[in-house]
Amino acid sequence: MIDLSLLTDGGVGWLDASGPASHLVLSTRIRLARNLIGHIFQVRNSETEREEILDSVERAARDTVLLRRATKFRLDRMDRIDRQLLHERHLVSKELAGLDPEGRARSGASVLVQDRLGVMLNEEDHLRLQGLHSGFALEQTYAEVDRLDAELGQRLAFAFHAEFGYLTSCPTNVGTGLRASVLIHLPGLVLTKEISKVLQGLAQVGLTFRGLYGEGSEVVGNFFQLSNQTTLGSSEHELLDHLGKMVRQVMDYEEQARQVLLRDAPAIIEDKVWRAYGLLRYARSLSFEEAMNLLSGVRLGVGVNLIPDVGMYTLNKLLIYTQPAHLAVAEGVTPDESDLPVRRARFVRKVLESEVGRRG
Amino acid sequence: MSCDQCREREAVIHLTQIVNEQVTTLHLCERCAAEKGVDSPGAVAKTPLGSFLAAMGKELPEQSPTPRSSDTCATCGASLQDFRESGRLGCPDCYRSFEVPLRDLLRRLHGSTHHLGERYAERGDGTANGRERAAELREQLRVAVESENFELAAELRDRLRVME
Repeated sequence: MIDLSLLTDGGVGWLDASGPASHLVLSTRIRLARNLIGHIFQVRNSETEREEILDSVERAARDTVLLRRATKFRLDRMDRIDRQLLHERHLVSKELAGLDPEGRARSGASVLVQDRLGVMLNEEDHLRLQGLHSGFALEQTYAEVDRLDAELGQRLAFAFHAEFGYLTSCPTNVGTGLRASVLIHLPGLVLTKEISKVLQGLAQVGLTFRGLYGEGSEVVGNFFQLSNQTTLGSSEHELLDHLGKMVRQVMDYEEQARQVLLRDAPAIIEDKVWRAYGLLRYARSLSFEEAMNLLSGVRLGVGVNLIPDVGMYTLNKLLIYTQPAHLAVAEGVTPDESDLPVRRARFVRKVLESEVGRRG
Repeated sequence: MSCDQCREREAVIHLTQIVNEQVTTLHLCERCAAEKGVDSPGAVAKTPLGSFLAAMGKELPEQSPTPRSSDTCATCGASLQDFRESGRLGCPDCYRSFEVPLRDLLRRLHGSTHHLGERYAERGDGTANGRERAAELREQLRVAVESENFELAAELRDRLRVME
């Protein structure tokens, strides 16, 4: 079993709800795709080559300030449940963790993590630098990732083309290699059925959305990851400005939708959020999906000041700690244990009881 | 239904054509369809890049009468066909080997082929830059100490130590 206490904040510092607009935005994530000159991309390279990449990047990272004390996880040498745990914490992608059915992490698949920064190694690209921040913090997150990029770039030879920019395995990432994602909670837009219009609008301005766990994941609990679609033809700051502007607009729409709901259907909304709270407080069995949806309801209730006793941090923690691998590890069972829903309900009850007790 | 062409294998592709206002439907097996240059829609549509990639290969001969891109990348041995199938290039040099079709693809994907972001400075030309950067850091360190921002100061000192 891996020891996540090795990470300064257990790798969940981004969940602390301390960042800007935390009532709507859970986290901001920025990644930069980089590859090394003289090495073949992952899709064609060999185990030996992946080990070489891992070695040279790790050596470079130990020489930096930002990753000198990084914790290294070799996904190819970890049990599935541990890989899933890192994925549930948003520290590694599903692909790197090898979580498809029958999936195994490919040889050399690793991640280096220090505080809010990390590098995935031997993912689709040789390096995926990433920064993860609480709340809506595009510029701050980019400033940190950019510093890491500069530190590593001084020590490693990145593949760069005068016209095309940073070269990546997939041409959809070429140029800046930058993908910025804002994980935002939009129950108001979902309840007022405005969400599809908003998402279509985003697609028209070159943005895309994904579910809670990025590419290929489904939308659960009304959480949407909004991110830039293109990576070439605009500077990093232009990409971030554009995404930032659009996210602010979506946040305004969400606030308006919540006001409309409170004005036109206060009884329905009040019933909905307290019903969600009641179920979380007292249910004896909760599936993962049900828990996500109820947490979304309570989150809305806290956001519009209907439910006073629960903190956003607690809700964020519940969101992660009720995921299958986290729950299974905490309970000392396997994620396919049949009584996991019962254990999940007990876990949620305990956390909410102590929260109410603490607040008094 | 058997294939209209070989009459042996099962027809899996049904191609409807309108020629001189006459509608004809051709039922083909995968192999005969491939021989006729008809792509099975499922094969390419699976990847998000599918339609781009399918279009890319087809337009290649007409769009690039001047030097056609080499068939395989000399560095990694990947072919354009490999790229069409996986949606992934084989190595950084593929961008040179398949420059013409890629430029077209990039324009469609991103609306541009020109990187306008940060430029990567090769290692080795960093001596002068490094010196300037160190001077800049020392200045930041002085300001941090004066304003009693010791956390930042400690970090700046660490960074200077790494550089020196």
